[in-house]
Amino acid sequence: MRLLIVEDDREAAEYLKKALREAGHMAELAKDGEEGLALALDGDFDVLVIDRMLPKRDGLSLIAELRTRGRKTPVLILSALGQVDDRVTGLRAGGDDYLAKPYAFSELLARVEALSRRTTSQSGDTLYRVGDLELDRLSHRVSRGGKEIPLQPREFRLLEYLMRHAGQVVTRTMLLENVWDYHFDPQTNVIDVHVSRLRAKIDKGFDRALLHTVRGAGYMVRDGAR
Amino acid sequence: MTALGKLIRTTAFKIIAVYLIVFAVFSAGVIAYLARHTQQLVVSQITETVDAELRSLQEQFAIGGINRLVDVVEARAQQPGSNLYLVTSYAGVSIVGNVQVSTGILDRPGWSEISYRRAEDPDVTHESRALVRVSVLPGGFRLMVGRDFEERDRLRQILAAPARWALFVIVIMGIAGALFIARRVLKRIDAMTATSDRIMAGDLTGRLPAAGTGDEFDRLANSLNAMLERIEGLMAGVKHVSDNIAHDLKTPLTRLRNHAEEALRSAKGEADYRAALEGTIEESDALIRTFDALLMITRAEAGEVRTHMADFDAAEIAESVGDLYEPLAEEKGVKLVVETEKPLPAHGNRELVGQALANLIDNAIKHGEPAGDDPGEIRVTARNAPGRVVFAVADRGPGIPEADRGRVLERFVRLEESRSRTGSGLGLSLAAAVARLHGGELKLEDNGPGLRVILAIPAQSG
Repeated sequence: MRLLIVEDDREAAEYLKKALREAGHMAELAKDGEEGLALALDGDFDVLVIDRMLPKRDGLSLIAELRTRGRKTPVLILSALGQVDDRVTGLRAGGDDYLAKPYAFSELLARVEALSRRTTSQSGDTLYRVGDLELDRLSHRVSRGGKEIPLQPREFRLLEYLMRHAGQVVTRTMLLENVWDYHFDPQTNVIDVHVSRLRAKIDKGFDRALLHTVRGAGYMVRDGAR
Repeated sequence: MTALGKLIRTTAFKIIAVYLIVFAVFSAGVIAYLARHTQQLVVSQITETVDAELRSLQEQFAIGGINRLVDVVEARAQQPGSNLYLVTSYAGVSIVGNVQVSTGILDRPGWSEISYRRAEDPDVTHESRALVRVSVLPGGFRLMVGRDFEERDRLRQILAAPARWALFVIVIMGIAGALFIARRVLKRIDAMTATSDRIMAGDLTGRLPAAGTGDEFDRLANSLNAMLERIEGLMAGVKHVSDNIAHDLKTPLTRLRNHAEEALRSAKGEADYRAALEGTIEESDALIRTFDALLMITRAEAGEVRTHMADFDAAEIAESVGDLYEPLAEEKGVKLVVETEKPLPAHGNRELVGQALANLIDNAIKHGEPAGDDPGEIRVTARNAPGRVVFAVADRGPGIPEADRGRVLERFVRLEESRSRTGSGLGLSLAAAVARLHGGELKLEDNGPGLRVILAIPAQSG
């Protein structure tokens, strides 16, 4: 994956670039809003990571300019302002996701990967399949190995989100945001409890686990055989 | 600035001064108008008297010629307060009369205003003014009848002196009144200024004096006092928070540092370093969470989030947050029940209300463990009230003693018995800040047994 990081803090930018390379992604750096805009318009990037407060041209105006020029490259906004209203403003300006500083790298990586997938994935698919686990989005039915698994509506949405991002790490906050539509920090391990409940329903009694815990990051639905 | 200078600069003084000038000019105008009219009246009376006298003398002349005229004039001229008379021959020689006038006056028939001297007056320099009419009689005789202006002048004097006095008194009283009122106003303002100076110097307990009369100064003082009350509360809050930040952030920071140092000193291999680093990250995450919650409260209290208010369904919030925490409660062996009226249109910031409710439920799960065999139950309800949507989170735990209920809403306050448990101690104060931001309220009640927390926010209007 090719990324552009627009961030004026040199050290933070270099750290991100290095960490992304270790995760197998290429990243270019821009140190201010103007340079970032020029590079974003020129290059072919999968995801843009843009700091909100930048010299010369602030992040939101950069995104707005990109969108006016018809560029649909997914954007992850980084900001020291993590509050509700800032997030709303950021997403309204054309950002696709918003991450407050300080963040865990695993969180950023998971979100960037989810964003890049967004442009290519078939979100129009009505049937998700991972291993022998099947989820039908139309009939709201889930089955494993041909055997139907009854799920609560919330459990269904949780699994749906995990399966849409099959093979990718999904963090706890991503789940809270996308399944419950809340952006606050629940302070407790509520999400873990929900996931372990779900796991009990879809993995228990089968010899191969599909819902994995990724240590220090989140969860992933993946067919272990591959 | 001198005291008088300050007085003269007051708005009250300026207004009164302008009013005074206008009033004085107006009064002077009225007096002048009255004086003019009374004088005209006096002059027309003089004219009538002179005309009548002249006519009567002309009749006497017509009856008895010059001799009779002379007799009549002589007689009338002797009477006290008499008119002025003068009869001359065709050559201008005075025949009879009680005045001396300069020559030439009798050459002009008709009305004229002249200076004259009484014939019997020993003082030759004493001249008076008079209005006279000269008439030419057959045979070249000239007859002059006139009347002194004395009456007019006396009237003028009668009017002028009191008018001057009246104006003088008006101006003096006006200035005195202005100074008095300005001084009164200034005294109140000075008192307020002195208090605000003291407050600015750092003494936030000062309050503006109110006279208790309910006048505009009292209203001003009262609203400023209310403002000071709020500022003092906020300042106390800030101080309290900074004290607590010092404690609650420094403690984990110290722990963090100690762990890092410890790892450097005594770690024996990669596994040890790894564990130490993971611990470090975990602790810094907890720090960030505390910090975020604090920021959120501060901003909610500053009213910054008010711009992102919208209509939303409170029933959906109660259900989704309840749903979020239900497995957690179950894990603890407590039943979580959500009951909502539907629909529940509310107005506010969905995210913040959701977070407040989440904090309340989280608290109930953490601290609402019932004693004994009671399996316990957390009941989350949402219902309509006039103009409001009311959430309630009730547990069957130990509750909070009434005396402590106000205190737990403050930031960082954790009752001693719960200090050992996890949590930043910001949950309830955040919920309280959210309630305040919405113009709603947060109340702690007895659930008998347990605690019931009521969160009220505005309903959707219209």
